[in-house]
Amino acid sequence: MKAFALTVVLIGAATGAAAQSPQPLDAAKLEPYVKSMWSKAGPEWASVLTLDETNSICSSTRNAPSPAEYDKIVAREKATIVFPADGNVIGDWKKGEIVAQRGTGGQFTDTPETYRGGNCYACHELAAKEVSYGTLGPSLKGYGKARNFSKDEARAAYAKIYNAQSVMACSQMPRFGHNKFLSEAQIKDAVAYLFDPESPVNK
Amino acid sequence: MMKQRLGANIRALATGLALVAGVGPALAQQTDAEKEIEKYRAMINDPMANPGYLSVDRGEVLWTQKRGAKNVGLETCDLGEGPGKIEGAFAKLPRYFKDADRVMDLEQRLLHCMKTIQELDTADVVRRRFGGPNYTSDMQDLVAYIANKSNGMKYQPQLSHPKEQEMLAAGEALFNRRAGVMDFSCNTCHGESGKRIRLQGLPDFAKPGKDARETMGSWPTYRVSQSQTRTMQHRLWDCYRQMRHPVPEYGSDGITALTVYMVKMAEGGEITVPSIKR
Repeated sequence: MKAFALTVVLIGAATGAAAQSPQPLDAAKLEPYVKSMWSKAGPEWASVLTLDETNSICSSTRNAPSPAEYDKIVAREKATIVFPADGNVIGDWKKGEIVAQRGTGGQFTDTPETYRGGNCYACHELAAKEVSYGTLGPSLKGYGKARNFSKDEARAAYAKIYNAQSVMACSQMPRFGHNKFLSEAQIKDAVAYLFDPESPVNK
Repeated sequence: MMKQRLGANIRALATGLALVAGVGPALAQQTDAEKEIEKYRAMINDPMANPGYLSVDRGEVLWTQKRGAKNVGLETCDLGEGPGKIEGAFAKLPRYFKDADRVMDLEQRLLHCMKTIQELDTADVVRRRFGGPNYTSDMQDLVAYIANKSNGMKYQPQLSHPKEQEMLAAGEALFNRRAGVMDFSCNTCHGESGKRIRLQGLPDFAKPGKDARETMGSWPTYRVSQSQTRTMQHRLWDCYRQMRHPVPEYGSDGITALTVYMVKMAEGGEITVPSIKR
């Protein structure tokens, strides 16, 4: 009787899930669809056609990796971080503001010379004076001040911007340093925007 | 004369549009705003006020225009509801077509009909797939015309054929596929309701609901900022641009799969097109 009830519950759950979203498609079966869209793309787009291990897991698990996968991703991504040779992670906050404001670069309508911005404001609130900010990421208003301008916290912020998934597996935030979208100098400037006491983020 | 009236109406629309599209939902409580939105809704359906109807009119001409090696129109093209039947076809696309043994969206089906019925070399049509400042787009116009013939109807996703079901699964997987220098998927921006990029609100396409229904129900749309009637294909092209992905191939199965997925999320959404957006 108990087993029967359990079966009914399981069937009910399975049907409910199927009604919500379709059966996940096997990665191999998805390949022809990916190729149909981008087979003509040049070698500079390789990371779109072939997923790395991390994107592959985050995609197939819908950003909900198993605990074991989670730990593996964090360990792997952590190993990619390259800190500045002299250990100084804080650059120029004024240049950091440009990194935070601009969202150009890397689009198929851009050229290789187009300035690459971090576009932080697309997703985060930063300086109180900038009211045009997105809400996909948490607010970073007063970020450095709230952390007493700690050097360790600034280093942690550098690591997070360099590779967000070294902190949180399948984080939605781009791996700016690892994917070589932002330069070391730009990441330092972005950290300064968060940690310089003179930065509007801390005003 | 029509142009003049159009110009005046477009200017009048600006206020309404700012309220409809540009401002966050928190501010949309004023009764003035509601009045403007009412005005906007009336204008959408007024062919003299909505420049998107210029596309609809051009599309109607293109449907019967004799072209290609066969020098015939598209009147015998079967969009799923029978040869030449346009009414309600858009509400049931994409769908499986037995003659091609494939699931096709409206764009793929139109290109198929141009090739098989008209024997038209579609290279130029595909080159002009999105209209520009100096040329019109046959595809944009035909899609606007055909979609408009489903106005007042609701999206009815067609999922009885196994190939339609596979397309839905592929679309869902593509929606969640993270790739490129930004590690973005469609879900990055459209995975939750109530989120925004800068001040721009983002429709949630991760689940069936109001966001998806209203979005799909209002494309194709006349984009005032671009002075063009734009199709969802163009919107997806622009999404992939911002996602730092390469140009998606027009009329590809990947785009059709995504469309099947989006239409499924928009199931029951009423079609009112072309709409007008900023």
